[in-house]
Amino acid sequence: MVYSLPEEVLEHVFSFITSDKDRNVVSVVCKSWYEIERKCRRKVFIGNCYSVSPGIMIRRFPEVRSVELKGKPHFADFNLVPEGWGGYACSWIDKMSRAYPWLEEIRLKWMVVTDESLELISTSFKNYKVLVLASCEGFSTDGLSAIAANCRNLRELDLQESEVMDSSGHWLSHFPDTFTSLESLNISCLGSEVSFSALERLVARSPNLKTLRLNRAVPLGKLSTLLQQAPQLVELGTGAYLSGVRSDVYSALSKAFLGCKELKGLSGFWDVDPSYLPAFYSVCSRLTTLNLSYATIRSPDITKVISLCPNLQRLLVLDHIEDSGLNALALSCKNLQELRVFPSYLYVADANVTLTEQGLVSVSQGCSKLQSVLYFCHQMSNSALITIAKNRPNLTCFRLCIIEPRTPDYLTHEPLDIGFGAIVKHCKNLNRLSLSGLLTDRVFEYIGTHAKKLDMLSIAFAGDSDLGLHHVLSGCEILKKLEIRDCPFGDTALLANVAKLATMRSLWMSSCAVSIGACKILSRKMPMLNVEVTDENGTLDPKLDSCLVEKLYVYRTVAGPRSDMPGYIWTMDRDSANKI
Amino acid sequence: MASETSTVTSEPPATAVVAVGSLNFNDTELTLRLPGESRKSGEKRRFSGMIDLKLGGNDRSDTECSVVKKSTPSKERVVGWPPVRSYRKNMMKKDCKYVKVAVDGAPYLRKVDLELYSGYQQLLCAFEDLFSCFTIRNVLKEMKLMDPVNGTEYVPTYEDKDGDWMLVGDVPWKMFVESCKRIRLMKNSEAINGSELLKKC
Repeated sequence: MVYSLPEEVLEHVFSFITSDKDRNVVSVVCKSWYEIERKCRRKVFIGNCYSVSPGIMIRRFPEVRSVELKGKPHFADFNLVPEGWGGYACSWIDKMSRAYPWLEEIRLKWMVVTDESLELISTSFKNYKVLVLASCEGFSTDGLSAIAANCRNLRELDLQESEVMDSSGHWLSHFPDTFTSLESLNISCLGSEVSFSALERLVARSPNLKTLRLNRAVPLGKLSTLLQQAPQLVELGTGAYLSGVRSDVYSALSKAFLGCKELKGLSGFWDVDPSYLPAFYSVCSRLTTLNLSYATIRSPDITKVISLCPNLQRLLVLDHIEDSGLNALALSCKNLQELRVFPSYLYVADANVTLTEQGLVSVSQGCSKLQSVLYFCHQMSNSALITIAKNRPNLTCFRLCIIEPRTPDYLTHEPLDIGFGAIVKHCKNLNRLSLSGLLTDRVFEYIGTHAKKLDMLSIAFAGDSDLGLHHVLSGCEILKKLEIRDCPFGDTALLANVAKLATMRSLWMSSCAVSIGACKILSRKMPMLNVEVTDENGTLDPKLDSCLVEKLYVYRTVAGPRSDMPGYIWTMDRDSANKI
Repeated sequence: MASETSTVTSEPPATAVVAVGSLNFNDTELTLRLPGESRKSGEKRRFSGMIDLKLGGNDRSDTECSVVKKSTPSKERVVGWPPVRSYRKNMMKKDCKYVKVAVDGAPYLRKVDLELYSGYQQLLCAFEDLFSCFTIRNVLKEMKLMDPVNGTEYVPTYEDKDGDWMLVGDVPWKMFVESCKRIRLMKNSEAINGSELLKKC
């Protein structure tokens, strides 16, 4: 006979379990555990805001303190999701403002947020602490004024890469003089100036400020003033990193950086004047994160900086680093875990920039802790990929973008199937993969066979037939997010794997070969999926089953079809297409 | 779009020399069609919506800006490719907007690239640097520059697209950048006369 522990004891035990996945597992052990767990869950993460409704979340978890939501599909980042698609935070914030008076944290990504919602946040929650709006839009500095004015205990305000309508730079002055709890401020995405004196006063009265990311408009001359007020900073994002020929700016800056003994991360660096780089050399030995991905500096400047950062774990750069800079990285930064190399020109190779596959191979050789790679380049070879795979079986994230679609191995002119095949074969813990270059169905066979830990896969301009998609859907056991564009994948693969789609968060397919008829069948067979079809051109005839759909977005949901779609998005509902 | 079959041909990649013998393009020809239909040659699939991004770079030197075009000029651009975030693309888009800056009494003019700055404060700082005799004086939010040697004040003005001389600072920064044709740092005596004229209106 099993005696169960008293509820309070179980609740106390559960309070040590913070990860969502573990909490989910706990909740399905038995009914009583489900009940106890749900009443004490404090953090909720919802990867697709349309997979569930605010009401359902509130009913199940009454004591939530922190909510994280994601709205638009990932391809929204690349202009593939049309205007007005959705992802509105309004109804969530509305309902939470009434149900969770003790809510402390809201984190939103790819969502549309209004000033009204921001105002509601600022007045509804008694102990509001954290607001993160990543890649969001729809709000202005008026909404920020409300947050500043009303959130007396705010710790974190992070506007990461959001699009903010600038009404005025004076929203910062709305933080009252008594407000001293700020720990993290990220305004790097703001286009125009903020009132510098307000910013200075805010920084001066925030002794716990650890993260400060400025926007481009903050002049370099002012940076030293801020650093002097906040030598305790751990993360700093500079503004524009140039000034005229005034030596006092340099010396003040240099002195200010010397005082920052806790600084571990640097970013910003828009418009860099290389002669100002030495001003921060004094902090380099402690740096673990360096984001130079907006700085067009080259060797020897960039090589010099890197050689001074032996503790670097995360580096973001432009391809101006070239192979030579990456060789230097491989030699100097033995603790490197993540590397992101972005393109400086979007379409054609710049003859003056020599970044090839060799740079990545060097880093894979020299940096034994490398786990995560994002690499834009113009050429790649199977042999390089195989070398990288063998060097770094500990890779967990591999995103390669060969800029010209369908580029083959530049040495052998073969597809890059075996190269990527080696990656998935050797890197057994790979959870994220982005493909590019010339690829046949073979690569998908390798992926389906070997990439058993794959969580997210991005495919573009690849494959020959439905077999490719079928390999992925049938082989990748824990795949959650699949996004595909411009591939000849269609009905057969989709309909052969309908059950798989219910185990995934979402599937995006654009410019592929899926027909309306198949969408209807899918919807009929899988009522727990929302099958959304985009018809921006207005040419789709829902009665003509052979009509190909331009964009397809399929996701599992317990909330039924959504009602906030624009006119050109249809949700397949059993036998017909419903347009709201 | 209805029931048409279209063919996507894999075009020879621009950056690689392709030995035709080793790669049979017919084999790699991709077709979009319903399963079971036979292959037809058709017109090239049009990608809906084109964006034309200016090639960007912050480098001012001409040599660094030179780009060797290895692709044909008429190559169509594809929406959302390469997969670079809009945020980053916007940061990379860098037009040059060089305008002349004249200072009353100075023997020669200077030029500044307005696109380099994100706001008026930065622009004033730039003036401080260019004309090292100045310091910035912000009096009641009016932006002024002062020569501390003789106490002369200079008011930044600009000529807009309509040919009118305007006071710098009234309109949002981006609007100013767009409409500014050139800048003149006007000696305050002259500016005062001008503004007094305005007051009489």
